[in-house]
Amino acid sequence: MNVTIVDYNSGNISSVINSFKEVAKDKVNIEVTSDLNKIKSSDKVVLPGQGSFKSCVDALNNISGLVDTLNEFAIDNKKPLLGICVGLQMFADVGYEEIETKGLGWISGKVSKIDNKNGKYKLPHIGWNELNIVKDSKIFKGIENNSHMYFVHSYELVPNDKSVVSGITDYSSNIVCSIEKENIFGTQFHPEKSDKAGLKIIYNFINL
Amino acid sequence: MLKNRIIPCLDVKSGRVVKGINFVDLKDAGDPVEQAKIYSDGGADEICFLDITASNENRDIIYSVVDKTSKNCFVPLTVGGGVRSVEDINKLLNCGADKVSINTAAVQNSKVVEDSSRKFGSQCIVVAIDAKRNNGGWEIFTHGGRNPTGINVLEFASKMEKCGAGELLVTSMDKDGTQSGYDIELMKKISSSVNIPVIASGGVGTLDHLVDGIKSGASAVLAASIFHYGTYSVNQAKQYLASKDIPVRI
Repeated sequence: MNVTIVDYNSGNISSVINSFKEVAKDKVNIEVTSDLNKIKSSDKVVLPGQGSFKSCVDALNNISGLVDTLNEFAIDNKKPLLGICVGLQMFADVGYEEIETKGLGWISGKVSKIDNKNGKYKLPHIGWNELNIVKDSKIFKGIENNSHMYFVHSYELVPNDKSVVSGITDYSSNIVCSIEKENIFGTQFHPEKSDKAGLKIIYNFINL
Repeated sequence: MLKNRIIPCLDVKSGRVVKGINFVDLKDAGDPVEQAKIYSDGGADEICFLDITASNENRDIIYSVVDKTSKNCFVPLTVGGGVRSVEDINKLLNCGADKVSINTAAVQNSKVVEDSSRKFGSQCIVVAIDAKRNNGGWEIFTHGGRNPTGINVLEFASKMEKCGAGELLVTSMDKDGTQSGYDIELMKKISSSVNIPVIASGGVGTLDHLVDGIKSGASAVLAASIFHYGTYSVNQAKQYLASKDIPVRI
């Protein structure tokens, strides 16, 4: 089996690579590439993302044919894809970080800044918060409800259809922290930095 | 609910763990990779490496230390010390650091903070502030606490927030190495004046000091000696905080 981590200059992905390689051991091949043919032929794709919504979307668009390839992979061929952090956020129709920017449009909704309640809540939302599982998700197999996950973000995905939400976390309000829609998975938190529980989620995704 | 973080810090010199008392008098001990693994297995919420290597020729050693550590630790890893440029930050991130802390370079040229936070995202840019009491306020010191700058700490903290820093790591130079507790007044003032998380540092000697640090408004507490010399384990510290009704990840 091949799992491809999409390397599209979206910032620091070394921790994602390290954790997937740790979980995969020698059983699963982890590719890190932006090569369209390799992405097309892989079994699963991981879409990481750090920095702003705009910078990640721009970086995707800078690689000619990448967005089309991802659409073909996840929407037409319905193969499993996991978005992490801004990778998840880009599933939305639109994001409002820096300026209004069009997303991939896989999950109808928007990405907007977390309401800090007039400074009562510090942003970024950095640190360990509880994953409140609100819907069974294949990637949460064996994960205890209210497990701690590591978050770093100031923006949140606000989907129109709440049925895609598999987990929420409490910070200022109930923030979407994971989604599952058919073959599309996403976590707002960083499973690659979330200790054993995070590695278990990666294991679950690899073994879908 | 967001939990308060406990961050053990490892001072690393030429690839070896040391811990200074008031930034001098270093004692040698330990392999950083092994230490970091012990901390992460013990429940550390993050690991912080501070590279205090003085000479440039030994500076590259930190990259291999970070590289090895990040392959063994699956909690966030922050690396600081001697970070001069966007390129230095890029190298550390590529080796597996999750965040990079910038101290002297941020004071000398705030553009480093602006450029790097724009390029890599605020989430990985920590500005480390070394503060010393002076004339009823606090003054910024650079170069590992050796050089006074005349810059007011609170003004600098706000400026760094505007430049795109994701967090502030605030060390009291008066308290560092004394084991007499954080400079609580300093932590309170800074935490209430910025809207980004503050990590309290410098002076921890007992578990109550960690409690005081969190109560001062800091989002995270950093400590070196109490963990390094085995006075307390990270888990003991967390249990103690939990017993004082402070939310922690256990």
